[in-house]
Amino acid sequence: MKTFSKLLTTAAFLTAGATHATELEVTHWWTSGGEAAAVTEFANAFNATGNTWIDGAIAGSGGTARPIIISRILGGDPMGATQLNHGRQAEELVEAGLMLDLTDIATEGDWANVVNPTSLLDACTLDGKIYCVPVNIHSWQWIWLSNKAYADAGVNTPTNWDEFVAAAPALEAAGKVPLAMGQQPWQSNGAFGVMAIAIGGQDLWNKINVDKDSDAAAGPEMAKVFEAAVTAREMAANSRVQDWNQATNMVITGEAGGQIMGDWAQGEFQIAGQTAGEEYECLPGLGVNEVISTGGDAFYFPKSDDPDITAAQKELAKLMISQEVQVAFNLKKGSLPVRGDIDLSSANDCMKKGLEILAAGNVMLSGDEVLSADTQGQIEDLMVEFWNDPSYSAADAQAAYAAIIADAD
Amino acid sequence: MVDAAHPRGPKPRRRLSRGNIMLYGTLIVVAMYYALPLYVMIVTSLKGMPEIRMGNVFSPPVEITFQPWVKAWSEACTGINCDGLSRGFWNSVQILIPSVFLSIIIASINGYALANWRFKGADVFFTILILGAFIPYQVMLYPIVIILREMGLYGSLWGLVLVHTVFGMPILTLLFRNYFSAIPEELFKAARVDGAGFWGIYFRIMLPMSLPIFVVAMILQVTGIWNDFLFGVIYTRPEIYPMTVQLNNIVNSVQGVKEYNVNMAATLLTGLVPLTIYFVSGKLFVRGIAAGAVKG
Amino acid sequence: MATSSGTSKRPVRLLRNLNAKIASIPMVATALVIFIGCTAWTILYSFTDSKLLPRLNFVGFEQYDRLWGTRRWLVSIENLAWYGVCSLVLTLVIGFTLAALLDRKVRFENTFRTILLYPFALSFIVTGLVWQWILNPDFGVQQVVRNWGWEGFTFDPLYNPDIVIFGILIAGIWQGSGLIMVIMLAGLRGIDEDIWKAARVDGIPTWKTYVVVIIPMMRPVFVTALVLIASGIVKVYDLVVAQTSGGPGIASEVPAKYVYDKMFASQNLAQGFAASTMMLVSVIIILIPWAYLEFGGKKRG
Repeated sequence: MKTFSKLLTTAAFLTAGATHATELEVTHWWTSGGEAAAVTEFANAFNATGNTWIDGAIAGSGGTARPIIISRILGGDPMGATQLNHGRQAEELVEAGLMLDLTDIATEGDWANVVNPTSLLDACTLDGKIYCVPVNIHSWQWIWLSNKAYADAGVNTPTNWDEFVAAAPALEAAGKVPLAMGQQPWQSNGAFGVMAIAIGGQDLWNKINVDKDSDAAAGPEMAKVFEAAVTAREMAANSRVQDWNQATNMVITGEAGGQIMGDWAQGEFQIAGQTAGEEYECLPGLGVNEVISTGGDAFYFPKSDDPDITAAQKELAKLMISQEVQVAFNLKKGSLPVRGDIDLSSANDCMKKGLEILAAGNVMLSGDEVLSADTQGQIEDLMVEFWNDPSYSAADAQAAYAAIIADAD
Repeated sequence: MVDAAHPRGPKPRRRLSRGNIMLYGTLIVVAMYYALPLYVMIVTSLKGMPEIRMGNVFSPPVEITFQPWVKAWSEACTGINCDGLSRGFWNSVQILIPSVFLSIIIASINGYALANWRFKGADVFFTILILGAFIPYQVMLYPIVIILREMGLYGSLWGLVLVHTVFGMPILTLLFRNYFSAIPEELFKAARVDGAGFWGIYFRIMLPMSLPIFVVAMILQVTGIWNDFLFGVIYTRPEIYPMTVQLNNIVNSVQGVKEYNVNMAATLLTGLVPLTIYFVSGKLFVRGIAAGAVKG
Repeated sequence: MATSSGTSKRPVRLLRNLNAKIASIPMVATALVIFIGCTAWTILYSFTDSKLLPRLNFVGFEQYDRLWGTRRWLVSIENLAWYGVCSLVLTLVIGFTLAALLDRKVRFENTFRTILLYPFALSFIVTGLVWQWILNPDFGVQQVVRNWGWEGFTFDPLYNPDIVIFGILIAGIWQGSGLIMVIMLAGLRGIDEDIWKAARVDGIPTWKTYVVVIIPMMRPVFVTALVLIASGIVKVYDLVVAQTSGGPGIASEVPAKYVYDKMFASQNLAQGFAASTMMLVSVIIILIPWAYLEFGGKKRG
């Protein structure tokens, strides 16, 4: 036993001395093709400053990566920087004083004026101080359509949700799946959210999600949304894939008519060599209600006692939001930049549509910003059951939904 | 029994009796059922992606390609690092050896003390230990982070070794305790009469007789520790991340279409170490019986 | 009992059996600090409203109220019950039968044993993936049988909410029964050759010898196997994630997945702690009386 504890102490000493000043470990869950290419832009830019980017990628999105990130921070051995969805998820870490205050570089870089829409910066702000760097805007409000699928079925590619519903029987007759859906809870929930905004309208959505008005959630307007979701459920009945990009692949190959999915889906079309307007079409807001929500990713920088690391962290924060890096990163990622003052002439048609909506100010908050992860989790559980169980009626689902909203914090 | 390295079941009478045909028939059918998924994995790992999309899962590859294996070992990407499983292999070995060694030594001594040197209160602790095997370990992630931090072991290899030792302890202790209990008491008493103490009996009598159970314990630990992903990433630093981190990243990050062939090759490669140990230890296992026949 | 024979002299009580006590320090420390300590910590925090980080802001039984009003939790419990009973019985029966067959002086024992055991070497992630394929109605078993001419054949457990848990069971047993077989085999090898000789002399048929003589003698081995299987059942998580992610809908959700999702995906630590406390309570209700009989009260003889 004695020798063992001796070994333990030696090992502890060895690891304690092993950190290097300018190496910064960055944790993120961007591991798919387009995502990894986008991260490389960050890494290259950071390495060019003489520092070293140590990549700590963990596949499997928030559920896998989050316990790792939190453990590292709790264990007193944090990474240099980490991806987190901004909004309410990181509030507590900031409140506990575990995150680096970036207000000085934000003031220096005039973030308050360059970040567009400003709600992105609000999500990073707590008590007037800024704790994270928003790096991109992702919006959920899109449906992706396969021109090939509709051509095969002998109908025109729809231009809005009603036409999409009307074209479904023709697609089914041609042996295709009208609506491709993955089975994961966040996909069921996301698709429902998109339909709620498109069909119920933005005011209704705000009432329910921002004001937590459970009467509105139980009301007749929302009932229409649930009825529409039942129709969508029938159209997706034969979609048997799990992952979101497998569902996207069904649209790419023309096996399915369309998919309701966020703008990250266009990365998949890009990798498959398809062009918007030729092989596929994209309709923001399901072609009904053209707004986009401004969720997105952000990086947080856990506090460190080492001044060298703090300096490197600030350097990285500045870089991530700089004009050149924003352009390079977002073109690879297929997302919109967080600055209003840069030119994205090389963006594809769908991204341009998004940029126009953004410029016109048709933006709204994202679910991440207004609902706690806990409430979102409850809605996800409800939605995944609703989408997969044909016997679950719209009325029952709506009642359960209203109950969750009533309890939301 | 001179030839002690043989099974002890009832002796079958004739070579080609009806019983024998039934016996081997059953075993072969069962073996085929167990081997089927392995067959699917190997076949898939040798196919190209177009072929996987066309055919059914059981059809043999038309064009054999080793590209998926090469890719899984040295090219598959994790974030921005594209060096496949090779990256974590030595880390996994470094984690495996001390963890397996330490956890088995400690558990076997525990089991021995419980079986042969029971002291007051020992059973209470043992019962708690067994109940501990039923706690979902996710729940203990954060408290253990805090304990390791206070011990100054957080983020080090030894912290992880300690965690593996702790979580292996319930089952392994039970395993050894039960095995040692079954060793005839006369042997133990005789050794006591000869003046052997706690450690003397452990090393000279118990250890040599316990090969089969050590092999079982090793199988359990090697597999559990080698395939562990969660503890490996939570309690260490990226420099010593085990191979399964890469396996997780290969299997869980979908790039366009899922590359099933690379997934399968990656799994088979990751499984090679435990598989090799099973195969080698099979012989030890049989020899263990020979050692167990001391008293005969 | 071996130690109770330490009647010779009586030194100070604490020093008696000192070596055994020293040797048990790791066990005692683990039991107290990790299992008792962490469990108490978990139970304490299950009465709070901890979200992302643990914090002591007590809310009484609120988490438990919510837990038992959640459909997903109820479905999880039901699934675990089905999975647990089937898995326990089948794994024990299959494990013992295979061990008994292999113990009958079989040629190529090594090969057979390796084939039966290898599934255990593979991670759950991929076990799930392979079985997801084999059970996939479009290119797995169902399709093959249909190609043989049986057009109406239907076998799609993973896509049928009523039986999906049995689809997971198939993979679970495939993966775990090999290890139980090896443990049983180790137990059979520990049985004295003389027992077999005596049974043969008495003319007792082989099957009866197993049931009446051998199995009772292997009681400790069965206990080990039981604990191993049961703890695996309670913790089943990865396999479900890999095969179905809890789907279709929530039809194959299990408690451990609920705990994990609530703790880390929903960032509601307290809800996860409440769920795991309930899991632990049910395990204790089932196990304590049995554990007391098995390890406590009676003396080995």
